[in-house]
Amino acid sequence: MSHPENASEFLKDQAKAKWHDETLWFVRDKRDRISKTIPEWEELRNLASGIKDNVLANLGSYLEDFERNALKNGIKVHWAKDGEEHNQIVLDILQKQNCTAIVKSKSILTEECHLNPYLEKAGIEVVDTDLGERIVQFLNQPPSHIVLPAIHLKKREISEIFHEKLHTEKGNEDPYYLTQAARHHLREKFLAAKVAITGVNFGIAETGEFVVCTNEGNADMGVHLADVHIACMGIEKILPRRKDLGVFLRLLARSATGQPVTNYNSHFRSPSPGKEIHIILVDNGRTAQLAREKFKNSLKCIRCGACMNTCPIYRRSGGFSYGSTVPGPIGSILSPGLDMKKHSTLPFASTLCGSCSDVCPVKINIHEQLYEWRQEITKTHGELGKGLSMKLANGIFKSPLAYKISGNLMRAALKALPNGLIYHPINAWGKGRDLPETPKESFQQWYQKNRS
Amino acid sequence: MSSRENILAAIRGITIEQKPLPEIPEFDLPGDLVENFIQSILGNKGEVLSQVEFESWLPSMQSSKIISLSAHFSEASTASLPEDPHKLEDLGLAIIDGQFGVAENGAIWVDDSDLALRALPFITEHLVIVLGRENLVETMHQGYNRIGDAKSGFGLFIAGPSKTADIEQSLVIGAHGAKSLRVVLV
Repeated sequence: MSHPENASEFLKDQAKAKWHDETLWFVRDKRDRISKTIPEWEELRNLASGIKDNVLANLGSYLEDFERNALKNGIKVHWAKDGEEHNQIVLDILQKQNCTAIVKSKSILTEECHLNPYLEKAGIEVVDTDLGERIVQFLNQPPSHIVLPAIHLKKREISEIFHEKLHTEKGNEDPYYLTQAARHHLREKFLAAKVAITGVNFGIAETGEFVVCTNEGNADMGVHLADVHIACMGIEKILPRRKDLGVFLRLLARSATGQPVTNYNSHFRSPSPGKEIHIILVDNGRTAQLAREKFKNSLKCIRCGACMNTCPIYRRSGGFSYGSTVPGPIGSILSPGLDMKKHSTLPFASTLCGSCSDVCPVKINIHEQLYEWRQEITKTHGELGKGLSMKLANGIFKSPLAYKISGNLMRAALKALPNGLIYHPINAWGKGRDLPETPKESFQQWYQKNRS
Repeated sequence: MSSRENILAAIRGITIEQKPLPEIPEFDLPGDLVENFIQSILGNKGEVLSQVEFESWLPSMQSSKIISLSAHFSEASTASLPEDPHKLEDLGLAIIDGQFGVAENGAIWVDDSDLALRALPFITEHLVIVLGRENLVETMHQGYNRIGDAKSGFGLFIAGPSKTADIEQSLVIGAHGAKSLRVVLV
């Protein structure tokens, strides 16, 4: 399905769509307010962007540094060219541990690789432990937002699924009550899991350590109780120096949710005695994106979600309308690189207002890249209809007589055009739009009457 | 070729204009260091206590299992540290020392040497971090300067209690980690 089709599905429940729009705007507003309290905010964005420029220009050597230092610290390092290989590596580790149940904290990368269905097919129980992710997992849905996975759901829906899965009181929609129910349920899972999987926010080349940020504490509850920690990391998540974290941790949570920092920011350098840490470095289309001069900057993304919260299209169409793991403006410049045909409508799901680029903490020129993707997609797929009308217009504009006649004809035709033709299901233009009132005369006729 | 070599070869095949790694300037935080820190902790839904306030609060926890690793309150423990972190499941209160706190956001640095068991500050129901007033820095930049090239296997900035807003953006304190954070400034 295309983005417009999915979006109209989302907009059927108008009250909920309005709530979604307002709630995300509230998060955007929080981000604005907190960023204004930091006088050096713009300087921090420039620094973050500059550090990432340097990373992209030296990615190979930083990855080698990271690997060498991580190995020295006793971390096991794996490389995966794509999602399939990544999933295979995870499964191999689990099988070596005779592990049939794992806990997993939020990782957009494992969503991108479709790890859960892969492991479930192999008979492994996967428990997502971030509250929002657990909720959508219960509903067999993917997250609809990379930071707020269940933002498309109302508490009534969450109360219903918790009643079914966790036997909470029917009709009790109190967020505190529901969160405590999830806490008790997941605590059992944390205590039982032998292997825990996390994503990675930042990997540090000079130290071989990696950083995981959460507010709930779920990543740490998982990994510190388990014997084996598997961390899945996209190769673009590298930072050169430990002190670069000062810049990025100041930007990340403020941009994401408008809070000064996430409550838990864990730096993993080596495993506890007797335990194992594995890190999987995943390409899955990232080197291909790096080779695209116009689009390589999309790899600077630190997955804060600020571009989604601000986007007038995302707020009014919901994360699922994009049909890609990362939705919203950043997803619309990442996804066509993975599958241009499947995601061909995404770069058009934008007003090109540029708000995404304005809030991006690493200054990705998101709206310009959206525009560039439109050129690429139109070049590849072409648009027969548009080509024909352009040729027609070319003929009309070449001849003054043809222009004059066609003007008269159009004014008459617009008046006579049956409504059925405009407000027709296959004419997307008529959705939410009216034709303008047609003027009685052309500008030329008006001028001759009034000014000559 | 292995995937490692494939990936590295693919990257090497791409020419990207060289950009120097920017130096990070010293940013400071205007205002009183202690007051800024306290406001940050309060904003993160933690509490800040003086030593006297803490000592009068502690008896209210006496019925629960307490493990104190803090040099300031070593006698507060009612249980000893187990070898297996799973045995911390019923821990009511953990008291640890923090190395330094960051005034701009309330983040407090602790590492393996303060924790003994990495699960400790997460699995405990309530957490107390004891911090010297002289160990406050302005921003995260000063924080990382302070960490320098320390080689602890695990280190962590804790800035508040465990929290979530995943249900309709309503803030709930007490998700999976500790349900409260009290910072004792000494």
